[in-house]
Amino acid sequence: MIGQIKAVFGNMVVAQTKDRVVKNAVGYCVRHDGIKLLCEIIRIRGDSVDLQIFEETRGLKVGDRVEFQEDMLSVVLGPGLLGQIYDGLQNPLPELGEKVGYFLEPGNYIHALDTECTWDWTPKVQAGATVMAADTLGSVPESIFEHNIMVPFGWEGQYTVQSVAEPGSYPITKEIAKLTDSSGNEHPVTMEQVWPVKRPLCVAKRRLLPTKPMVTSVRIIDSMFPIVQGGTYCIPGPFGAGKTVLQQITSRHARVDIVIITACGERAGEVVDTIREFPELQDPRTGKSLMERTIIICNTSAMPVAARDASVYTGMTLAEYYRQIGLNVLLLADSTSRWAQAMREISGRLEGIPGEEAFPAYLESRIADFYERAAAIELRDKRIASVTIGGTVSPAGGNFDEPVTQATLKVVGAFHGLSRSRSDARRYPAIDPLDSWSKYVGIIDPKKVKKVHNMLRRGDEIRQMMMVVGEEGTPIEDFTIMLKAEFFDSAYLQQNAFDAVDAATSVDRQRFVFDKILEILEADFTFKDKDEARHALKKISSMFINWNYAPWDQSVIPESEQQEKSKAEEKNITESEEKDKPADKPSAKDGQAIDRDDFKEVLGQIDQYVQSLLKNSGKAKAEDIPESEEKDEVEPAAVSSSTQEDSQNQK
Amino acid sequence: MRTFYDEISQIAGNVVTVKARGIGYDELAVITTRDRSSLAQVIRLEDDKVSLQIFAGTEGVSTGDKIRFLGHSFEVPFGDALLGRVFDGSGRPRDGRPEVKAKAVETGSPAVNPIKRRVPNKMIHTRIPMIDIFNTLVGSQKLPIFSVAGEPYNDVLARVGMQADADIIILGGMGLRHDDYLTFRHRFDEAGVLGRTIMFIHTAADPVVECLLIPDLALAVGEQYALQGKNVLVLLTDMTSFSDALKEIAITMEQVPSNRGYPGDLYTQLARRYEKAVDFDGAGSMTVLACVTMPGDDVTHPVPDNTGYITEGQLYLRNGRIEPFGSLSRLKQLVNGETRDDHRAIMNACIQLYAQCDESREKREMGFELSEWDTRLLEYGDKFEDKIMNLNLNIELFDALDKCWEILAECFDPEETGIRDTIVKKHWPKKSRRTKAEPQVETVKS
Repeated sequence: MIGQIKAVFGNMVVAQTKDRVVKNAVGYCVRHDGIKLLCEIIRIRGDSVDLQIFEETRGLKVGDRVEFQEDMLSVVLGPGLLGQIYDGLQNPLPELGEKVGYFLEPGNYIHALDTECTWDWTPKVQAGATVMAADTLGSVPESIFEHNIMVPFGWEGQYTVQSVAEPGSYPITKEIAKLTDSSGNEHPVTMEQVWPVKRPLCVAKRRLLPTKPMVTSVRIIDSMFPIVQGGTYCIPGPFGAGKTVLQQITSRHARVDIVIITACGERAGEVVDTIREFPELQDPRTGKSLMERTIIICNTSAMPVAARDASVYTGMTLAEYYRQIGLNVLLLADSTSRWAQAMREISGRLEGIPGEEAFPAYLESRIADFYERAAAIELRDKRIASVTIGGTVSPAGGNFDEPVTQATLKVVGAFHGLSRSRSDARRYPAIDPLDSWSKYVGIIDPKKVKKVHNMLRRGDEIRQMMMVVGEEGTPIEDFTIMLKAEFFDSAYLQQNAFDAVDAATSVDRQRFVFDKILEILEADFTFKDKDEARHALKKISSMFINWNYAPWDQSVIPESEQQEKSKAEEKNITESEEKDKPADKPSAKDGQAIDRDDFKEVLGQIDQYVQSLLKNSGKAKAEDIPESEEKDEVEPAAVSSSTQEDSQNQK
Repeated sequence: MRTFYDEISQIAGNVVTVKARGIGYDELAVITTRDRSSLAQVIRLEDDKVSLQIFAGTEGVSTGDKIRFLGHSFEVPFGDALLGRVFDGSGRPRDGRPEVKAKAVETGSPAVNPIKRRVPNKMIHTRIPMIDIFNTLVGSQKLPIFSVAGEPYNDVLARVGMQADADIIILGGMGLRHDDYLTFRHRFDEAGVLGRTIMFIHTAADPVVECLLIPDLALAVGEQYALQGKNVLVLLTDMTSFSDALKEIAITMEQVPSNRGYPGDLYTQLARRYEKAVDFDGAGSMTVLACVTMPGDDVTHPVPDNTGYITEGQLYLRNGRIEPFGSLSRLKQLVNGETRDDHRAIMNACIQLYAQCDESREKREMGFELSEWDTRLLEYGDKFEDKIMNLNLNIELFDALDKCWEILAECFDPEETGIRDTIVKKHWPKKSRRTKAEPQVETVKS
């Protein structure tokens, strides 16, 4: 299938052909110097075919040859994907760097998987068995997982296993089984297969309602706006509000098997950070390098636009593949706005009638299709696996009313809106606790969450009122509520991503601290004046902040409760590894030796102080004696709160 | 043998369409009119119709003019002969000296493979305390200065250029007033850095297409130096003019505008340029500092907005000062841990206290009662603005840090600053004006 270039405009090429062409199939434009540029057919009109080129079009001429292919844009699936760094078209970047040097010269394509590396094959079926697409034929170990080799997903009907390779070490290209279809034709199977990126890959018995919380170790997310395995969430926010930092934290601490990071049209520097850091970091769950559970798809803003569109689908398809193996996968897409802009550029070149802000009319349906590919599924062998999607959105001007944010909000299950005012005040993570929402149930009882939420809302109302009437005009009861809301914000919602302990809070700890906080929020303190109230709550909150820096001590939870919980958890959250909390221990890498308090000690201090407050308030009512000792305690409160801000600001 | 094409079928905006065959996309051409000649670039191919963007504009182009294609895309000569020279947007000398004969390099190279980038770790000293202490510039960073039209942004840029420890300085001026260009030149000359400076200047009076080419030229030359192992500093001013030129061309090309008339690919166009900032693994680096004027002081305007998403932080220039709030260097934590042990502590403490001073000022304006603590904050705020935020300062980082300590000691007690004890003990000035404050001050403060 051959054509000829008729027109070139930006990354669009119009070709003329008399042959049969397949829409969305790929092809190659052959530049006069022999370099082949990958392209995709996006429109066919009569004998003219519109192509989008995944490379720079510089140097293409009218009359240059175009070679069309049958297949749609596809990715290669098989063992060896983990730990890889790919561009949007699944070219391994390290190999590209070795081959072509500093720059991503157009026209260089490298096979996505290492064809020489060998894998230890263990067959799981015997000759004579009947199998269908996605059935497991055998497995190889990859990182800590058992990587199932499956019957290619696209094969229809039933097959009989004619032969299976003996256990042994084979490269991925080796034929590991031979299947015969119902009409007797033989089909060889290797460890790798291909799948078109834009077609959802989901061979399952049924889709499940996602209910199992996906723990990120970020308190404000897990406790207030939870995500579930198989769910979707989005993080819109203006620039500088910390979207990428939040994604990076999530990619490190999320309790899933595999994380796929799609850097779509964002800064190269951020990817470099991840590429250089992840191999050094330890996965708290496995003790291995974080890179071994991560795949990075990297199409930074300077790379060609059409490949940016492809990169989110590439990431998605890899995620679905590992779900098919039976694992829980988290796909992080940063940022989906860049992807939407890529669609806008392409549709603009096609001279499509523009919708809102010149985005194409199909924007919403594309976004919806994408997020709908996330799901928790029950595989045919009853195992449960999931793909969770977290997408960042970069709304123009930080205004959430723009089309991409709105289209995304319609289809996601949780919304973590970042606010400029919170990030300016260095309140990280800058997720706005009043605007954000989640439709999922997390690790904390929704009733308790609701209570806290109401208090936050009420506190905000009072604060706004106070700006008008001044502190003098606010009743002390209201003033205390506002202080309590403020306390909850600074002691629980804010979290220091750069502290070894505070960066990740385990489920048990979140539950424990949340209950403690609720106790204080509901305590009936009676303060004699506002200064006393402010002082008391400032002190409590600085104690809590110190507490956040203290390593978790599992023994605060009574034995009996622990067992009960672990039973409940097995049903609910199968986080048995949670028990030894390696994430909570300060790593040696944390250069600044911070003196860390003992968890129980701080707990004791808090209890003591709160008790004394409660007693005092009783006493103050009865005897009305001013408390003098309290002033001595100003200093520690001031000092410790500042150390917290200190480290908060390191961001 | 030279082939000329002269079947011009359309002249609209800055674009000329001519009948020709065998022409590559993005190829460069020369169009010769009755009285002058100009470079032109292929921006669209359709059958035998080739659309060219004429760098010098289409005024006076006739349907009978001759076009010669050069067989390559836009190039810039590269070599040490460029140092100290001034060029226009087409790469021609504008300093009256002869053309540079050197090997040419193509502009608009492909993206750098992220694998070949290094995590930046080298601080660039600018001797401006608001940058060095609070928003540290790091080698290979891309940092814009957001500013309103009247602010002295070119001044700041020139100072950074003169004072920064870079091997090569490249200035890309877009839509500059001629006076500004002369000022830059004069100041670089005065500071004695002209010998390692290359300027690509487009003034407001020059053809608009040339404005678009300035960043490409500046960055292509910078990239070559970086590949040679040099540390290059590229100064671009003003990227809003560049974006407006993009808008103008896109609209003449009848592209669908997306936001306030700007083309839908504004982000991509800006990112492709800013992303040239790089720290090559095994070679040099290129740092990009760019001015972005914000029309109407509106940061949500498409140009500053898109820029903010691309760059690694931003500096706000307002009322002749670099704003401490909002300004941000995303890379500062990569270097400010290694300068001096008090750097981060001072950075945090000074800004937090200044923020509190802002609250006290608000209180004063609203007519609320001021406590003793408030008055001290107000005093601190004035001193901080005068001695640290002042853009006329030209001091080393360590001196600037010492000055911060001085101010803190004049206004506060050590524990009021919220700085860790160990650091206070080491750096707190011995002869502080305030000795131990009276106890009642403590209570007022709380």
